Amino acid sequence: MAQQTVLFDKHVEAGAKIVDFHGWDMPLHYGSQIEEHHAVRTDAGMFDVSHMTIVDLKGANTRAFLRFLLANDVAKLTVPGKALYTGMLNEAGGVIDDLIVYFQSEDFFRLVVNSATREKDLAWISQQAAAFAVTVTERPEFAMIAVQGPHAKAKVATVLTAEQQAAVAGMKPFFGVQAGELFIATTGYTGEDGYEISVPADQAADFWQKLLDAGVRPAGLGARDTLRLEAGMNLYGQDMDETVSPLAANMGWTIAWEPSDRQFIGRSALEQHKAAGTMQLVGLVMEQKGVLRHGQRVVVDGGEGEITSGTFSPTLGYSIAMARVPASVGATAQVDIRGKLVDVKVVKPCFVRNGKKVI
Amino acid sequence: MSTIPQELKYASSHEWVRSEGNGVYTVGITEHAQDLLGDMVFVELPDVGDSVAQGDDVAVAESVKAASDIYAPISGEVVAINDALNDSPELVNSSPYGEGWMFKIKIADEAELAGLLDAAGYQAVIDAE
Repeated sequence: MAQQTVLFDKHVEAGAKIVDFHGWDMPLHYGSQIEEHHAVRTDAGMFDVSHMTIVDLKGANTRAFLRFLLANDVAKLTVPGKALYTGMLNEAGGVIDDLIVYFQSEDFFRLVVNSATREKDLAWISQQAAAFAVTVTERPEFAMIAVQGPHAKAKVATVLTAEQQAAVAGMKPFFGVQAGELFIATTGYTGEDGYEISVPADQAADFWQKLLDAGVRPAGLGARDTLRLEAGMNLYGQDMDETVSPLAANMGWTIAWEPSDRQFIGRSALEQHKAAGTMQLVGLVMEQKGVLRHGQRVVVDGGEGEITSGTFSPTLGYSIAMARVPASVGATAQVDIRGKLVDVKVVKPCFVRNGKKVI
Repeated sequence: MSTIPQELKYASSHEWVRSEGNGVYTVGITEHAQDLLGDMVFVELPDVGDSVAQGDDVAVAESVKAASDIYAPISGEVVAINDALNDSPELVNSSPYGEGWMFKIKIADEAELAGLLDAAGYQAVIDAE
């Protein structure tokens, strides 16, 4: 029995093609995923992300707990509302999940973790929290809508109350604040400006309709994937999993090594990974006709690797990919596409930001 | 419910065939097929002059989702290809029976047409999926 979010009927109303996403009936697109992608890059699109998991952590030791649980350091979060992106590692230094943590107050931090990893994340967090006497409360009563694009904030403003507008006025990127019944965060999975908004489930359909009436275009999972890959953002389960070090998943920048006496789960394994060296997650660009796809073999200087995520980039007009390859990789590589070796360029794994090509 | 024009013939691999007269037949993929594939991004077509046999994979429709082989529904010589698909592969999605046509074949053996499906036969193929 597949799960449905409270917005399912709105998706059907909008003509969505519904597919299974890890046990959820979700909109793949509403007619054209490429048009939805362009709408986000040039205007404003919205995604139903209610299937994601919101976890509230409360207690006097919450900060200390998170400094132990997470590879990035919440000591960086000093201004209420400030958030950061991090991996949550196991003792072997593999990635259990990637998530965003929002500092609300000294005894309250909110996490948003992936949908597909919900059960294992909750079990792990609860198990680790016990020693710190931190309470772990899932918040399934909220739906979540991500409104993204250069006009997203302006369009959202038209459906907010005056107080809510004041609460988010001038909010910098990577913040999340409670504004009346909405939790509004300046985070996203597209590389564009915008918000991720948590709304009480029984108000979600009305809120979605208001956004539609304000000219925000529904966008599905297909567009979500092409947007995040262009923006160089990882997809858990595809670009990394529990067997992969963050150092091999372009997540080195999310590890806070300093202060060197901060014990966090996976630290010692990570130090060994760093010393021994790991594979690298790189970006690939193919300017000829064709599409790079997950699982394709990649031949580089000194060895071989594999594409973890590949797609056609609607904004660039050609195919891009992320691939895990030996660190000896040079500026070019070859990809085995259905038996033929095709030349590709190797770049940093980030292709588009704020609507512009960055490669 | 996808459209299956009555006047066309079909292959179970989702190609349609339209007679243009003088033994020339236009080939494309059905509305059902383009819906399964999603947004088209590249279409690799055969060359004009190519000799093809019924069942040969002669073209590739690459969508965001997957690359799909397109098979020659009849044997013969490729006499035209739809260049518009180079710049606008999305025509296959928006107009699969019209502007999204892929190539034209001058048929080698008219008897092969009897082996193709009519609209009802193709509907049965979709229903069985």
